[in-house]
Amino acid sequence: MRKCSLDSLNAIFTRINQFAKLYLPVNGNDGKAAYTEWQEGLEWSNALNTTKSPKDFFFPQTEDLMAFRTSGKNIEIIDTRKESEDFVVFGVRACDVKSFEVLDNVFLKEPYDSYYANRREHGIIISVACTRPADTCFCKTFGIDPAKPQGDISVWKTANELYWQSNTDRGAALLDKIADLTEECGTEAVEEQQQQINKIMAKLPLANLTTDGWGAGKTQELFDHPKWAELSEACLGCGTCTFVCPTCQCYDIKDFNSGKGVIRFRCWDSCMYSDFTKMSAGQPRLTQKERFRQRFMHKLVYYPENNNGMFSCVGCGRCLAKCPISMNIAKVMKTIGGKDND
Amino acid sequence: MQTVTREQLINKAVALLADGTVKCVLGWKKGEFDYDVTPAVFETEEEIRADFVWNDFCGANFSKYLVAKTRQFDGKILVFLKPCDTYSFNQLLTEHRFDRDKVYAVGIPCAGMADISKIKEICGDGISSIEADGDYLSVTTIYDDQPIKVEIKEVLAERCLNCKSKKHVAYDELLGEEGDVIDSNRFDEVAQLEAMTPDERFAFWQKELSRCIRCNACRDVCPACTCEKCVFDNPNSGVENKSPANSFEEKMFHIIRAFHVAGRCTDCGECSRVCPQHIPLHLLNRKFIKDINEFYGEYQAGAQEGSRAPVVDYTTEDLEPGEVFDRRDTNA
Ligand code: SF4
Ligand code: SF4
Ligand code: SF4
Ligand code: SF4
Repeated sequence: MRKCSLDSLNAIFTRINQFAKLYLPVNGNDGKAAYTEWQEGLEWSNALNTTKSPKDFFFPQTEDLMAFRTSGKNIEIIDTRKESEDFVVFGVRACDVKSFEVLDNVFLKEPYDSYYANRREHGIIISVACTRPADTCFCKTFGIDPAKPQGDISVWKTANELYWQSNTDRGAALLDKIADLTEECGTEAVEEQQQQINKIMAKLPLANLTTDGWGAGKTQELFDHPKWAELSEACLGCGTCTFVCPTCQCYDIKDFNSGKGVIRFRCWDSCMYSDFTKMSAGQPRLTQKERFRQRFMHKLVYYPENNNGMFSCVGCGRCLAKCPISMNIAKVMKTIGGKDND
Repeated sequence: MQTVTREQLINKAVALLADGTVKCVLGWKKGEFDYDVTPAVFETEEEIRADFVWNDFCGANFSKYLVAKTRQFDGKILVFLKPCDTYSFNQLLTEHRFDRDKVYAVGIPCAGMADISKIKEICGDGISSIEADGDYLSVTTIYDDQPIKVEIKEVLAERCLNCKSKKHVAYDELLGEEGDVIDSNRFDEVAQLEAMTPDERFAFWQKELSRCIRCNACRDVCPACTCEKCVFDNPNSGVENKSPANSFEEKMFHIIRAFHVAGRCTDCGECSRVCPQHIPLHLLNRKFIKDINEFYGEYQAGAQEGSRAPVVDYTTEDLEPGEVFDRRDTNA
């Protein structure tokens, strides 16, 4: 383990920025944190997390797939992909690091998504432990430990210092490049912080939320549960929950006529929308109840079924904080889930 | 502090259910925390007594829900309306969006609603409970030994700080004291935008709108946005987009929406309340309201059922396009 003083952070960011683009949470003009490309003068936000998740780095909201240019009878197909360069994402929370694994299970299986893979290969993740989890956090429910965030490098921030530990070869290589700005150290301070975090986690309002009653094999039992109607009755179908969610992964592919040709791009889509999957036979889920149910059945039943029991919610709490009607996955899990949640 | 109590509302709802006046009740339902209240339909006294809430977090405007719910239920629906909600209620009636006979509207006074993000700015994350205590909220967090006292007026939502009316413009029955239309400062910020140069103003909106994630929450919550199929959701419209392909499309959505609700927007403030990216959408709509006031005389959508908005009502006194053009120099 290595450490540095918080005062030397700027020098470290400058160094990293010399060989890779660096992104980190910075407070924007609305006072809220958003991942921003680092430049001299920008300050790492104190906020627990960003409104928009870091999934954008690997699965951007819109992304060009290819372009077509026509002249006469010829049609030219242009590969719009650019050779990616390494980039570093600093300050990722434990829940969001786990979300990349959820996305990997989808995009890196057959059919293998080369656009996503390209970014994943070039992105170096530096995570940070959470010293002040929020009331909306429930990562522990999914076995995630905010005191031991994963990623290529894990970082712990104390009052005056930052502790660094690499978890992968890529991480170790990066730490080597800033070795002169950090020093070797013991693990006591980090261990003490980890104990602190564990104590806080036990006090969180959602500390006892369990996945009881959910998981692989529950389709028959839960699909026609009578509570779906009530849970979904006020849902606006806005899709905010899906767009702020780090693990929601649905997309649509569209053509944009630029006048000189066509750009084929993909963009995030949402199962909450009435025009979802319109390109085939039509939207199979006719009312908001079915659309609403899909989001939660996918995260808590279908995904685990296809991924050895792994859930595709990481308990980041974004949908709890951002739903206009305050309906969310925690309420759904408690209402329909097992008795332990009462 | 809210002047009518939860008990008063519950008693009213239970009585109207019991005597058969209404079949169900549209109200605010208790959440996981003390601040995450959800709109809900209550059909029995037990449900109401267990989960109905009325507190400083009941910002949701129910008027738009009447469009769907009056179709879904036979018999009358009881709806509780704050003063600002009654403007949307009237506007929807003006546009024939729901059957008035299927609604029993009870007007309730509102002292303003708290904005949880302002509370979190003061108290931090980790709130475990919030209790009303006169003009204060007593906020308990997992990080502080003592509850933090926050004055409610410090954490009021923007729309409540600039409330345009404490008077109900539609109801069947009123609970508590009726208020007045307020001479608010709601156009001050618009005036500041008007004072900018076009470039500054463009930069302002560019910065704000570039945060938009096109979740559509602003549109979906808006009581003026009740088209059966929005052009932006219609694959055959030619402008459908699920997320903007570029910064032009990013702005187009907001510009089209602002124009479409011009003269119909009641300034209920729901759009700004729900925006996950804290984009001050109310400024766009208020600019239109201010312009309409200045061009055609004072007009507030929803103030009166059946009124015709100046933008869709031709009169010979109407402003000539040239006059607007002249105005450009002083107020570009
Ligand atoms: S659950 Fe909430 S955020 Fe998600 S679509 Fe429904 S209203 Fe919108
Ligand atoms: S469902 Fe909600 S809590 Fe779970 S990962 Fe998505 S946004 Fe976070
Ligand atoms: S609610 Fe906010 S982020 Fe969502 S579409 Fe509207 S302006 Fe954009
Ligand atoms: S545009 Fe905004 S303020 Fe106007 S009616 Fe719609 S939600 Fe309310």
